[in-house]
Amino acid sequence: MRLIVNGAATDVVGPTVADLLATCLNDARPHGIAVAVNGEVVCRSDWPRWALAEADTVEIVTAVQGG
Amino acid sequence: MSGLTIAGRELTSRLLLGTGGLPSLALLEPVLAAADPGLVTVSVRRTSSTREGGLLSVLRRHGVPLLPNTAGCLTAREAVLTAELAREALETDWVKLEVIGDETSLLPDAVGLLDAADQLVRRGFTVLPYTTDDPVLARRLSDVGCAAVMPLGSPIGSGLGVLNPHAIEAVRAAVAVPVVLDAGVGTASDAALAMELGCDAVLAATAVTRADDPVAMARALRLAVEAGHAARGAGRIPRRAVARASSPTAGRI
Repeated sequence: MRLIVNGAATDVVGPTVADLLATCLNDARPHGIAVAVNGEVVCRSDWPRWALAEADTVEIVTAVQGG
Repeated sequence: MSGLTIAGRELTSRLLLGTGGLPSLALLEPVLAAADPGLVTVSVRRTSSTREGGLLSVLRRHGVPLLPNTAGCLTAREAVLTAELAREALETDWVKLEVIGDETSLLPDAVGLLDAADQLVRRGFTVLPYTTDDPVLARRLSDVGCAAVMPLGSPIGSGLGVLNPHAIEAVRAAVAVPVVLDAGVGTASDAALAMELGCDAVLAATAVTRADDPVAMARALRLAVEAGHAARGAGRIPRRAVARASSPTAGRI
């Protein structure tokens, strides 16, 4: 399945947000991280069951120094 | 405690600190110790690793409450999504709302700002908007339920200080919510002036993080905010165009 993750085309195997995080961050439940799929925030508790679909746009963000 | 309460939370200090621009994360702990800020801002950005977690570890160890910002957002839609991501990632519904008009001036987009503030208040956020030094817009932001207003002293990162003191006083007079001078502070006297004008707090980032000695400047701003607040409470003398002797005129030889 091909997704757009943080602006870049990315091939993933697993079907859920948790699978994607395990692939991208080596951690299925990382702290201090938030995820949006197609412009909607997916709550941490929904990561293991939120099914991604072909061509979904995913944002994975964290806090950085700023402001 | 500072005596300053925003949205029911009493802050430990009237100096709020931005973390952007520090040359190294290792400086953050000594800067926090010197500034003793009531809130610390962070930004939200895309990540491909969890290593940036170092920042959050330092902030959590210090125990200072976080104020995520929506820096870089050019539309209300981007700002609302960024605020929602920050709430999920950082477990706080507080947000320093920035909707900027363009990336050159970094000035707030008044129309987008008010729209985003309204949406976020309705979604349960505690909204602290970065705004122009415009008392009318400040009142509108307060009217839609913002917990404070944060007028700029001068453009972000400019270090030009408070360019229009009368406008800051007018913002102070226009709203009942706390007023936080945000943007433009370059050195201690700027922060003191903002407090003397009636601001409830000062937010500084670049002034500290890009100073030659960020730790020393953090301490200087903490003292300046305290001094300015005390002076405001003390009531300054009126300005006079002519001299007025302080020594007795009677009994001169």
